Amino acid sequence: MFAGGKMKAGIVVIGGGPAGLAASLKASEYTDVMLLERDELGGILQQCIHDGFGNFIFGKMLTGPEYAEHFIERARDAGIDIRVGTTVLQVEGKKIVASGSDGILEIETKAIVLAMGCRERSRCQILIPGTRPAGIYTAGTAQRLINVEGVMPGRKVVILGSGDVGLMMARRLTLEGAEVEGVYEIMPKPGGLIRNVVQCLHDYNIPLHLCHTVVDIKGKKRLEGVVVAKVNEAMKPIKGTERFIPCDCLILAVGLIPENELSRQIGVAIDSRTQGPIVDERMETSVEGVFACGNVVHVHDLVDDVTIAGEIAGENAGKYAIGEFERIRKGKVIAGENVRYVVPQILRGMEDVTSYLRVEKEMENVKLIVSGKKTFEKKYRIVRPAEMVKVKVNADILTSNEVRIDVKS
Amino acid sequence: MSKAEFICIHCPVGCKIIVENEEIMGNECKRGEEYVIQEMKNAKRILTTTVFIEGEQRMLPVKSDGEIPKELIKDCMRELAKVKARLPVKRGDVIYKTSTGINIIATRSMEKKQE
Ligand SMILES: Cc1cc2nc3c(=O)[nH]c(=O)nc-3n(C[C@H](O)[C@H](O)[C@H](O)COP(=O)(O)OP(=O)(O)OC[C@H]3O[C@@H](n4cnc5c(N)ncnc54)[C@H](O)[C@@H]3O)c2cc1C
Ligand code: SF4
Repeated sequence: MFAGGKMKAGIVVIGGGPAGLAASLKASEYTDVMLLERDELGGILQQCIHDGFGNFIFGKMLTGPEYAEHFIERARDAGIDIRVGTTVLQVEGKKIVASGSDGILEIETKAIVLAMGCRERSRCQILIPGTRPAGIYTAGTAQRLINVEGVMPGRKVVILGSGDVGLMMARRLTLEGAEVEGVYEIMPKPGGLIRNVVQCLHDYNIPLHLCHTVVDIKGKKRLEGVVVAKVNEAMKPIKGTERFIPCDCLILAVGLIPENELSRQIGVAIDSRTQGPIVDERMETSVEGVFACGNVVHVHDLVDDVTIAGEIAGENAGKYAIGEFERIRKGKVIAGENVRYVVPQILRGMEDVTSYLRVEKEMENVKLIVSGKKTFEKKYRIVRPAEMVKVKVNADILTSNEVRIDVKS
Repeated sequence: MSKAEFICIHCPVGCKIIVENEEIMGNECKRGEEYVIQEMKNAKRILTTTVFIEGEQRMLPVKSDGEIPKELIKDCMRELAKVKARLPVKRGDVIYKTSTGINIIATRSMEKKQE
């Protein structure tokens, strides 16, 4: 019963989603890798059954499970020590404690890759008043219920939040025979990609109500309905615009937060804007030999970028484990005008870097300006908070102690 | 004078494509043009959904092995509600042939749950 015990591994990767899989694969080119996953391999992709994954890496649109399986097959062939159903409970220095079907494992390692993904914001984090009846789900939970367990969360549904997950759920519930009364979004623009507004809402005539929110929840045991209202520019509900909608299910698609309990335990510095570890261009965190990638660092829209980040983290963790990695912390990157955050936040300042950033507000015909030792400009027809901006910057611009990125008209 | 607006759904870029007097503008690649032509003739979509599995509590994710005319998607869903897949399956296995002639294939491999 107690096959657990003490073990050693060159690298331990925590989390077996696309980030952890890519990191493990790359790292296994350097040393022995142990991949710990609390559920099954593939992460959130196993419940994202729609197609929309891998356009950049595979040149075609795959479903989440298909995208995951490509990497799972390769990870199995690469001789990685994969342990599913194994939850990491604690990390102290480079010692990891995990619990799985084999009991408690204590693993000593040289390098760690954090790839725990993210979790969803819940009702208390967005402060909706009212009763607490059954029938209220976060979008990811509802997605899992329908797509993995085959359980319908309700028959008449209101969706709050128009990010990609909310949009996908509107279509999925409709296809499965539920009535989606509407999608309500507090912002003046949809939160998800436009292609998803088209193929999930327009295709099925599901109304999208912008500048609206849920202000009250009714029902004792089971949800009986919600009250929605228009909001003003300050996002406060406008009196007199309240409307009662009878429904037995409310889906909260109100955003994701990186899952960083373990990172905090290790003492990794967290960026208050991304809610994820501060990393450099090689995905090393503030703690030496601890790397991070994927949604644990910042919430990505596209899995292709997650895979790329995973490969970078894996490669450098591999080099670290065999003593071929030099830690350099030179410059930092400042998020300037109309930039909510930039990753990486720290620069080694010696190589070309792909910076990922999210803007604060939608703007048309803008210039993205990177100012370091030299300046670099790139034009964009449109930038939106829902779409991550990616920009490749040459090393000679970055060799400076401070690099600033602005997005201006 | 005819003018119509489309948003290409064939990749995350989501180009806004304008069709004016038979001229197609705004697409960043060839796929956008094909999309708009198809959309005006007969809008089609890939269907992704799940089917039941014989003797198991979980669902098998599947997709149509080609695009299905939009108005037939609901009929397909009705047909698929009766389908039960048998494990093991491999990704790409044909799970069901729909009445539209388009196959429904598994999007992941799945083994029987160990007893
Ligand atoms: C609901 C949803 C829909 C999406 N739709 C799309 C889309 O259409 N197209 C697209 O390109 N992208 C989409 N994305 C984004 C993309 O899927 C994610 O960016 C990507 O899956 C993130 O990968 P990850 O490996 O960082 O995290 P995850 O896939 O979340 O994987 C993290 C893994 O870590 C494991 N884990 C966490 N903590 C521990 C622990 N303590 N011990 C062991 N294991 C642990 C979890 O079980 C999980 O398997 C979607 C994301 C979500 C959440
Ligand atoms: S036209 Fe090409 S680039 Fe534009 S959305 Fe369609 S597939 Fe993508």
